[in-house]
Amino acid sequence: MNKEWPLWEVFIRSRQGLDHKHAGSLHAVDAKMALENARDVYTRRQEGISIWVVESKHIHTSLPEESADLFEPAYDKIYRHPGFYDLPDELTHM
Amino acid sequence: MQNLITNYILHLADNSLILGQQNSAWTGHGPILEQDIALSNISLDLIGQARYLYQHAANLLNEADEKKVHTEDSLAYFRTDREYKNLLIVEQDNGDWGKTVLRQFLYSSFQNCQYRKLLDSSDAQLKAIAEKSLKEIAYHLRWSSEWVIRLGDGTEESHARMNLALADLWRFTGEFFIPSSYEDNLSLFFPCYDPQSLKEEWEDYAIKVLDEATLYTAANKKMMEETFMLKGGKEGKHTEKLGYILAEMQYLQRTYPETEW
Repeated sequence: MNKEWPLWEVFIRSRQGLDHKHAGSLHAVDAKMALENARDVYTRRQEGISIWVVESKHIHTSLPEESADLFEPAYDKIYRHPGFYDLPDELTHM
Repeated sequence: MQNLITNYILHLADNSLILGQQNSAWTGHGPILEQDIALSNISLDLIGQARYLYQHAANLLNEADEKKVHTEDSLAYFRTDREYKNLLIVEQDNGDWGKTVLRQFLYSSFQNCQYRKLLDSSDAQLKAIAEKSLKEIAYHLRWSSEWVIRLGDGTEESHARMNLALADLWRFTGEFFIPSSYEDNLSLFFPCYDPQSLKEEWEDYAIKVLDEATLYTAANKKMMEETFMLKGGKEGKHTEKLGYILAEMQYLQRTYPETEW
């Protein structure tokens, strides 16, 4: 039987940022404790002003072995970027 | 006039320093990494508060003293145990994690009430220190309250240990509200200073948390009502434990005075 407390992933938003970045992980019994532990461990040096914690088991990831299949097809499809298209000057509201 | 408040400021500083020093013994020995860090952070906060208070006290003492010998270091490292004015509770043994957490809870809940009153102080520097400290105290209180509840309303073992800790520490909570000789003048600095209403406010909160922690049993209630309350720390009359704490803390400065990193 696993006696270890659940593992949580911690995301911190810095004062200048808009997004929460992954800062690390920690063990805690529940969400309340996880938030406080994150505050104690990952914001000691003014790293952030907002904390998200998620139990690690709820995070689902793509597999490294699959990254070629998932991501390489997009490399040679530049027509998917808006800048690829030249618009006539008369179009003012695109 | 200012010197009337100096002893009170030393009392506040000594509380924070001794408790900070005591808690720091857990650094590297905490039951789990995140809590080791949490308690170390709390120690740092407390020592920081002590520093501000000692600096303020040193300035006040130097105003009255031509030679200007007082510094935060001289006050922390070169006063004897009879000159220390901390509450008895902060010099009690760390014990197990439960006892340390309970001690923090009993102290922080009192410190919260006490420092909120300091916001009314006519001493501007003391008021500023209180304002800054209250944010830290709010977190200490939140952290320790939750742990008292988790351990009290926890396993059979944690509950038993918390019961023992409460039986050990409750006798030191009376001292919070027994005015010392230098508190007689405090109404000069704090309008509406009233130790009795402080007591009611503190007790309401403490009992509420102990109840949620399933520690406010009939047996404990009886113990709490009948316990003889110890005092003397504020007047320099300490338990023998303070001697050991100061010996360890002051050894380096006393043996090699003026030593620096």
